[in-house]
Amino acid sequence: MTALTPVEARQLLWQMTRIRRFEEKCIELYSAGKIRGFMHLYNGEEAIAAAVMPELRDDDNVLATYREHGHALARGVPANAVMAELFGKREGCSRGRGGSMHLFDVSRRFFGGNAIVAGALPMAAGFGLADRLRKQDHVTACFFGEGAVAEGNFHESANLAALWKLPVLFLCENNLYAMGTAIERSEADTDLCEKARSYRMRAEPVDGMGVLAVRDAARDAVDYVRRGNGPMFLELKTYRFRAHSMFDPELYRSKAEVDGWKKRCPIDRFRREGIAAGLFGAADLADIERRIDAEIEAAVAYAEAGTWEPVEQLTDDVYARRPVEDGSSR
Amino acid sequence: MTQSMRVTYREALRQGLRDALLQDPRVFVMGEDVGRYGGTYAVTKGLLEEFGEERIRDTPLSESAFVGAGIGAALNGMRPIVEVMTVNFSFLALDQIVNNAATLRHMSGGQLSVPVVIRMTTGGGRQLAAQHSHSLEGWYAHVPGLRILTPATHEDARGMLLSAVLDPDPVLIFEHALLLNVEGDIDEQSHPVDIDRAAVRRSGRDVSLITYGGTLGKTLAAASALAQAGIDAEVLDLRTLRPLDTAAIVATVGKTRRAVIVDEGWRSGSISAEIMARINEHAFYDLDAPVARVCSEEVPLPYPQHLEEAALPQVDKIVHAARRVSAGRA
Repeated sequence: MTALTPVEARQLLWQMTRIRRFEEKCIELYSAGKIRGFMHLYNGEEAIAAAVMPELRDDDNVLATYREHGHALARGVPANAVMAELFGKREGCSRGRGGSMHLFDVSRRFFGGNAIVAGALPMAAGFGLADRLRKQDHVTACFFGEGAVAEGNFHESANLAALWKLPVLFLCENNLYAMGTAIERSEADTDLCEKARSYRMRAEPVDGMGVLAVRDAARDAVDYVRRGNGPMFLELKTYRFRAHSMFDPELYRSKAEVDGWKKRCPIDRFRREGIAAGLFGAADLADIERRIDAEIEAAVAYAEAGTWEPVEQLTDDVYARRPVEDGSSR
Repeated sequence: MTQSMRVTYREALRQGLRDALLQDPRVFVMGEDVGRYGGTYAVTKGLLEEFGEERIRDTPLSESAFVGAGIGAALNGMRPIVEVMTVNFSFLALDQIVNNAATLRHMSGGQLSVPVVIRMTTGGGRQLAAQHSHSLEGWYAHVPGLRILTPATHEDARGMLLSAVLDPDPVLIFEHALLLNVEGDIDEQSHPVDIDRAAVRRSGRDVSLITYGGTLGKTLAAASALAQAGIDAEVLDLRTLRPLDTAAIVATVGKTRRAVIVDEGWRSGSISAEIMARINEHAFYDLDAPVARVCSEEVPLPYPQHLEEAALPQVDKIVHAARRVSAGRA
């Protein structure tokens, strides 16, 4: 493990806790009917987004899935804009049109928010191709779940990225369940790194519940990809503490299993380790919680005060040039 | 003053690709066998030698990955032209086209732009049976966010490529395979063409024949035959199926009061049905007779020549439909 300063330690703890508190607030707001649609929470997996994003530069590209609140927040999309998006308000980071599954912020090179499993992987290869053709040393970080490994798009994209040595970092968040299907019930070979290696891509398994393990692996992988060695694959072994979405009765796994994983909570663990190592004390922890509470409270107020996009703008942005005659007027 | 030159449709397409590659360094071409092999239909022959491997890229047989990579590269500042061998193969990339290319501008609140061009051959008449012969451009025309171009003339085959590259939205170009060897004239000078409006290819008073792409030639031949029978047909080439030039359709029907739609797609749920609906919505009281259609028969296209010919729109069927619609003419 590379050195950890108290400042970085507090930053990591703050980011993980912030994502957790944000998600907890989302549950409350969902129950209150403020947030609608499909919503997928990141509880339990926070170490990954919190530790990977600081290893990326502002000019790198990030693509994520429909379970991306944490990625957006960690990438720097303001909590206000994320919360307003969940409310469907015009002040949201996608103008309210995307909702929970489709967060975008081009100014931070955060390109969604894709709700088709493995749907972003081909595009990630294209982002890498564009950077390679222009001789830019940008990295494209593409997050996806282990369910995506069963899709053809994973295999086609991995092959293309390796064949053309594209600067793409494939970040597989293996939370063991594709919705309700356990990995051993869907993969003939559950060693995901082996699949990536079969495309001659460097691949490493990582303890996704350990924020420092993720940080170190991401630092090494980003450096490897940025140096022009081609793509790399990280399997981040993790677990989601909540159901797949708000509509999931969780009939496919036992409470004992979930409770067992909760004992490995990345936030609790890092808090304990940090206190033991003298990286932060009680006052720091209280300060972190206070700042997060204030930020989330402000985000909810911002979203509440947000406005609805006027219906007259319903068909804006379907095309850059509005069609001369689209026949929709009658 | 520009000179004109005589070329095949294939050469016009190639010239359009060269125009785009020469004008904009962000343009590159990728697809199956576009380089070494020289293009499945020889459209890209010679481009690898002229522009090199970075800009003329052979891809694996991974339609979803390389179409998606085109979308990603477009999002990241390039102007890719992706070749898909035939419309039937494009369904392997349907997810990328419909779920990503078509949605991203609107779903991101107008932040994203997807200036990708996707070309493919379409249409029957070569005894290639039921997985290489269909005309499914009408399906794509169902989707808001896409521009659907169907060049029927040599000038359009060349100019539409440049116009498509200049367009900030995803553009799909459907090139009818039977046109590839047909000769025609183009200007020596390259120039983009209008991609918003239909064009009247033959002016007439008695009946409007509305078509696009591969059936324009058959429709013009039918118009000549009708002229000998004393029926003066107007031929409207739609050129763009989405957005559909409703004003041009209404104008020609308003002029002749009778219409036959010629569409190589199947009739159920087709672009021909959409055109009939628009006529019904906008020009019902101008009609002197029910609108007729000549479409492909509702079967997977068969291999034997006599059956394939029977399944496709032919000159005699168009003539027959036009005469039927014109019966009882004042």
